[in-house]
Amino acid sequence: MLNTNTTRVWGIAIGMVCILFLMSASLVYGYTHTTWSKAFLAFFNPTTSNEHIIIRDVRYPRAVIAAFVGACLGVSGAIMQSITRNPLSSPSILGVNAGASFFVVVGVVFLSVQSLQSYMWLSFAGATFAFTLVFVLSSTGREGLTPIKLTLAGSAITALFASFTQGLLVLNETALDQVLFWLAGSVANRPLDLLVNALPYMVVALLLAFIRAKELNVLSIGDDVAIGLGQRTVWIKFFFGACAVVLAGSAVAVAGPIGFVGIIIPHLIRPLIGLDHRWILPYSAMGGAALLLLADIGSRYVLMPQELPVGVMTALIGVPFFIFVARRKVGI
Amino acid sequence: MKIFNRLSFTSHPFVATIIVFLAVVTVMLLSAGSGEFPLSPSKVVAALFGFGDEFDQTILIDFRLPRIVMALFVGMSLAVSGAILQGITKNPLASPDLIGITAGASLAVVLFLTLFSDENNSLTVSIQWLPLFAFLGATLTALVVFLLSWKNGIAPFRLLLIGIAVAAFMQAGTTVWILMGPIYRASQATIWTTGSIYGANWSQVSIIMPWSLLFIAISLLLRKQMNILELGDDIATGVGSRVQLNRILLLLVSTGLTGIAVAFAGGIGFVGLLAPHIAKRIVGPKFQSMVLFSAGVGALLVLIADWIARVAFAPIEVPAGVWTAAVGAPYFIFLLLTVRRKGSS
Repeated sequence: MLNTNTTRVWGIAIGMVCILFLMSASLVYGYTHTTWSKAFLAFFNPTTSNEHIIIRDVRYPRAVIAAFVGACLGVSGAIMQSITRNPLSSPSILGVNAGASFFVVVGVVFLSVQSLQSYMWLSFAGATFAFTLVFVLSSTGREGLTPIKLTLAGSAITALFASFTQGLLVLNETALDQVLFWLAGSVANRPLDLLVNALPYMVVALLLAFIRAKELNVLSIGDDVAIGLGQRTVWIKFFFGACAVVLAGSAVAVAGPIGFVGIIIPHLIRPLIGLDHRWILPYSAMGGAALLLLADIGSRYVLMPQELPVGVMTALIGVPFFIFVARRKVGI
Repeated sequence: MKIFNRLSFTSHPFVATIIVFLAVVTVMLLSAGSGEFPLSPSKVVAALFGFGDEFDQTILIDFRLPRIVMALFVGMSLAVSGAILQGITKNPLASPDLIGITAGASLAVVLFLTLFSDENNSLTVSIQWLPLFAFLGATLTALVVFLLSWKNGIAPFRLLLIGIAVAAFMQAGTTVWILMGPIYRASQATIWTTGSIYGANWSQVSIIMPWSLLFIAISLLLRKQMNILELGDDIATGVGSRVQLNRILLLLVSTGLTGIAVAFAGGIGFVGLLAPHIAKRIVGPKFQSMVLFSAGVGALLVLIADWIARVAFAPIEVPAGVWTAAVGAPYFIFLLLTVRRKGSS
């Protein structure tokens, strides 16, 4: 649809405007009803009124976190789908979210980890471990790496980590209190510090992936051709795998496990702009941010006055999508 | 897998079944004897027949035994449910939890607990109805999963993919309802969805027992239909079997068994996958020789998992579902890597 570079650049500009709009909407709408003008004044003429405090201290971090976490999940999903050639790959499906959560809980239970920084490292370690495990396991065996084996191995690893996590939390109730809010997968009530800690990793991984996106185009033709063209495919897969894991890991560290963003977005982006990863990745970032912002705003209204964890919201949206992709695009 | 070959009882399924149920009884006695107040097996037997002292009897009859008997029936139900499901879908990786049926039953149970409880957190209808709800939830989910996986037949791997997705949807739905419901019920529901037999009592056992036995009996009656189905639809139709009708009947038996197990034990995973596989390795793939044996294996799995759950970190309970997943998930991956993709085109 957007097939010249000029229209694609315009698309980026329009996308950024949309995201800014959604972020502002995230400031305005919710249980405490405010108006657009109040939201504007909260920043430029701050008072200590209830609405202003809610907007500045509750909704502003929430909007920013949703945007960044969504972007990371979107790009991570796009990269995983490319390097595994599996239209169903995404951080949640491949067990990466569950692995990251499990490692964080292990840290909290056994090492009494408190600092946000160590949450981050544990989350990276867990994401890496789970991704490597699933990737290696499903590459062995008769037929090598097939999308189905990868997806099913991912879901088995998810089940395993999820039940270990639950077991550990039963053993240690103080840990339960400490991490339960985070395990639900939500962008609400997260201190902005969490994001600030993760931001450098997110930005570096995003930039590295954007800069080298061209290599993904070569890789997507097929390993044989890519090797023929002089690409070191193993190294490229490793490089992008690391980017995807850092992005997914930092998203989990900030917001907890949120599923299905990474699977939806690339499928919406590709029909729009084609197969060039130099554009797919930035568009996936914008798409992920927009989706998570929307889901987060929606999550405030479904059960008003209660809020749904946004991870539940994305699952409800994402499952029909997953089924559609599984029926249409997986060759079984 | 040499050890399994040596353990092969293909020609003596009856003997093997008796052995496995003797093992079940042994584990039940051992489990009944262990805990905060250990009892020797002889004391356990004495107390069971009314000869032990009063204290032993109270511990045993009122606290430990309902749980152990519950584990027995939950394990048997899940195993037979999985055996039927693997047969009718001709899919060695199918099991009620992997294709979302358990999650559907869980959602139905949470709906029941939230819809029918009043402000005092007591149920407004009899708990007798709970298995029916779980059964309806399991059946509806199974139908949805089968419909969504249908595309010129049901390819085994597509069934699993769709099942995973539907399970995720049902879990999200469960979270929504738990959040909406009364707080007390919510915390109860959270413990229960982990898959634990903690707090089973005799009244629950008296509900699960007749249903479990009834459904297992029906599955034995349908053994011929089951064997014919496993030959493939063409042959089955050729010998005059009403394929789709039989398949639906057997599916209802399977969802019924999952439903009653989930109603009282929550989502204890992987038993329905593991038990039939172990049974097939030891007594061979014929349904009539395998089904009771896998019931025994399922009972063993849940009994041991619940025993560990009760004793390993006492006084804290680590839900039985954690232990079955610890064994089951690696085994699932092993199967995934070794299984032939028959009929998956």
